[in-house]
Amino acid sequence: MNRTCPRGRQWLARSQSLIALALMVLVMSLLSDKFLTPENGWNILRQISVNLCLSIGMTLIILSGGIDLSVGAILALAGAVAAGLLKHGLALPRFDLLLQFTLFGAMLAGVLVGVACGWFNGFVITRFKLPPFVVTLGMFSIARGLTMLWTGGFPITGLGPGFGFLGTGILLGVPMPVWITAVLVAVFVLVTRKTPLGRYLYAVGGNERAALLTGLNVKRVKLLAYTLGGGLAGIAGLMVTARLDSAQPNAGLGYELDSIAAVVIGGTSLSGGRGSVLGTVLGCLIIGALNNSLFLLNVSPFWQQVVKGFVILAAVAIDKMHSRNP
Amino acid sequence: MSDSNDIVLEARNITKAFPGVKALDDVHLTLRRGRLTALLGENGAGKSTLMSILAGAQSPDSGTLRVGGREVRFANPREARDAGIAMIHQELSLVPILTVAENIYLGSEPLTRLGLLDSEAMNRQAVRLLKQLDLDVPPDAPVETLRVGEQQVVEIARALSGQARVIIMDEPTSALSEHEIEVLQELILDLKRRGVALAYATHKLEELDRIADDATVMRDGRVAGEAPFQDLTREQIVRWMVGRDLGGLYARTPTPLGDVALRATGVSLRHPERSGDWLLRDISFTVRHGEVLGIFGLMGAGRTELLEVLFGLHPAAVSGEIQMGGRPVHITSPAAAIAHGLALAPEDRKREGLMLEMSVAENTSLASLLQVTQFGWVCDRAERQHVQRFLERFRVKTPSLERRIRDLSGGNQQKVILVKWLATRPAVLLLDEPTRGIDVNAKREIYQLLDELTAEGLAVVLVSSELPEILAMADRVVVLCEGRQTAELSRAEASSERLMQAALPPGKEAA
Repeated sequence: MNRTCPRGRQWLARSQSLIALALMVLVMSLLSDKFLTPENGWNILRQISVNLCLSIGMTLIILSGGIDLSVGAILALAGAVAAGLLKHGLALPRFDLLLQFTLFGAMLAGVLVGVACGWFNGFVITRFKLPPFVVTLGMFSIARGLTMLWTGGFPITGLGPGFGFLGTGILLGVPMPVWITAVLVAVFVLVTRKTPLGRYLYAVGGNERAALLTGLNVKRVKLLAYTLGGGLAGIAGLMVTARLDSAQPNAGLGYELDSIAAVVIGGTSLSGGRGSVLGTVLGCLIIGALNNSLFLLNVSPFWQQVVKGFVILAAVAIDKMHSRNP
Repeated sequence: MSDSNDIVLEARNITKAFPGVKALDDVHLTLRRGRLTALLGENGAGKSTLMSILAGAQSPDSGTLRVGGREVRFANPREARDAGIAMIHQELSLVPILTVAENIYLGSEPLTRLGLLDSEAMNRQAVRLLKQLDLDVPPDAPVETLRVGEQQVVEIARALSGQARVIIMDEPTSALSEHEIEVLQELILDLKRRGVALAYATHKLEELDRIADDATVMRDGRVAGEAPFQDLTREQIVRWMVGRDLGGLYARTPTPLGDVALRATGVSLRHPERSGDWLLRDISFTVRHGEVLGIFGLMGAGRTELLEVLFGLHPAAVSGEIQMGGRPVHITSPAAAIAHGLALAPEDRKREGLMLEMSVAENTSLASLLQVTQFGWVCDRAERQHVQRFLERFRVKTPSLERRIRDLSGGNQQKVILVKWLATRPAVLLLDEPTRGIDVNAKREIYQLLDELTAEGLAVVLVSSELPEILAMADRVVVLCEGRQTAELSRAEASSERLMQAALPPGKEAA
């Protein structure tokens, strides 16, 4: 019966990632005079924006009690589709047609490809009651394969300044990827906190049986989570492609793991029902700041991976201690 | 009886309390060499707790256990097993994909000198053991390929492999066919001849005629009576099981009844696995506005299944007709049931009723969230007012609306579940064991609440295995036994004895 100060404990549990980030910033600003500068700050934000975009969707999915291993592959497919449609259009030999796409049309198509992949994930998971881990692993392979088929294994380059603006443009002093991600964060903070859908995500992930018995449409909630996750992966795909001015067939390799890591470090429980989008923002910031710090300190990228692994373990261990003794 | 040398296991002054409930209060039990002691009592009387203490799965708050005259304390089931006590659970606890022999020796596998599994020796020993038990299956067959009855025998083989001197069985026949029960009984007689002491909990008195030597009847965590089984009549057993004082716990004011709110006609539910078998068969009843209909039955009678059918959880396996407000309805999901004005407070609060990580307010408003949603947004102020109004009216005690629901007492959690449903303005409230595991004060408040709500015209279906609760609160009682409707009694006709008679499967007749 450890109830001495539940409010304080809860606050501590909620703020653990904030405290970790603050400590990191403090230590780094002492170790390197390049860390706490505006340029470096924007740099970090720009670097994390793709992962954050993916991680928002991952948060929704994990909150609902699932997982998605296919977001990196969907990202690659969406980027390739958008780039390909913009550059070459869509040839329909049977009808002797070549559809040309405008910039907006190609981007929309890319996002819709992401939406479709996510919807398919959710459909298979809910319709056939299969474990998300396996279904999204299947989608991982499907989307990777489709990307190779679509691109023939070669990057699609030369997409023009319009597309490139999305990745490298600056609006009112803020880089475009940061704008896009910030808007998405704002939207999904509101969705998770202020809409019935958000409430239902927590309910389904927290206790699926009870959610069903409360009359919630559990399948629709899950389906929506995966669909949104796919759509956000599609947007992330556009950002990656725009940044490089090129759709790489193996873009986003391993991004799903980075994204899961960010969600977990942000305090969202892998068993569902507990966590927040803002936590995930912190998780992404921590990973971004960590990578950046180790880079500034001239630590080998291989060590960066090792350190990141330990941070993930620490985050999960701390989370476990909190949930065991609430 | 026999002299004290025959005593294999003796439990004295066993007390065990859970938060809010005293599960066992000064209980004693003696098991003797070669004799079977039947453990009888209503659900919640304390049988399962007692058995799990004997088997080392739980430890008592106070009291002593003696095995063969020596005092023992078990930290876990393994220590109990090492002391010669084995337990056979109601649900099988075998690993389906492992073989018969691997299951029997799970945790005590014979090893070769190199420390590797000696499967040859294991299979050899298993064959010998299975032969004793008259079970003709190869030791290397995966357990999942066996019939349920055969699996039960494998469990017994596992118990015997540890040279058990005491075997404890908790409703071992609930999954068995008639023939398999006969085989099990032969086995039990054989075990007795070999000097094993047995404890056997069951609701089915007819099974005991052949095998029981002594009987211990429990009620409310105490021993209500004990005697050699042959000296007991069915009436005496029932009297021990139900007799108790009711106190001022219940509130039920007679209310004028309204129209029929819910009518079920010939409702049946097919068994999900065994085709041709039924979990519910031809159940018919009505509930009127302002009425509490009690559904009484023992474990496995189909009470919970009946509520689940009404609530749309088994749409594919149900036949029969359900009418609400005079119109036939086709309910295929909980969402549809709610749309028709039904609400269900499930038996297992934590597993089925609550989002433990969510706040009191969020749990309360979950079923009626759209009422406080404007233009797609949940309106905080409207939600607070909505929740507060209901929580106050039903006297839910919580430090704040934001407090996580897991921090509340069981009684307040249950009230939150009721309030959640009342906010949807249901016509019929289905309650499954609404007062299980909550303290007396909360119970009283919940009864009062039901009384008020029915006065306002709510129809209530109250499923309970607690006789006093049914007798005090229900205006009419339908009794279920093994999926069939065995009685429908008015308030005046209902008595503990009549309900229990109807609820017990046919068996030991009045002597």
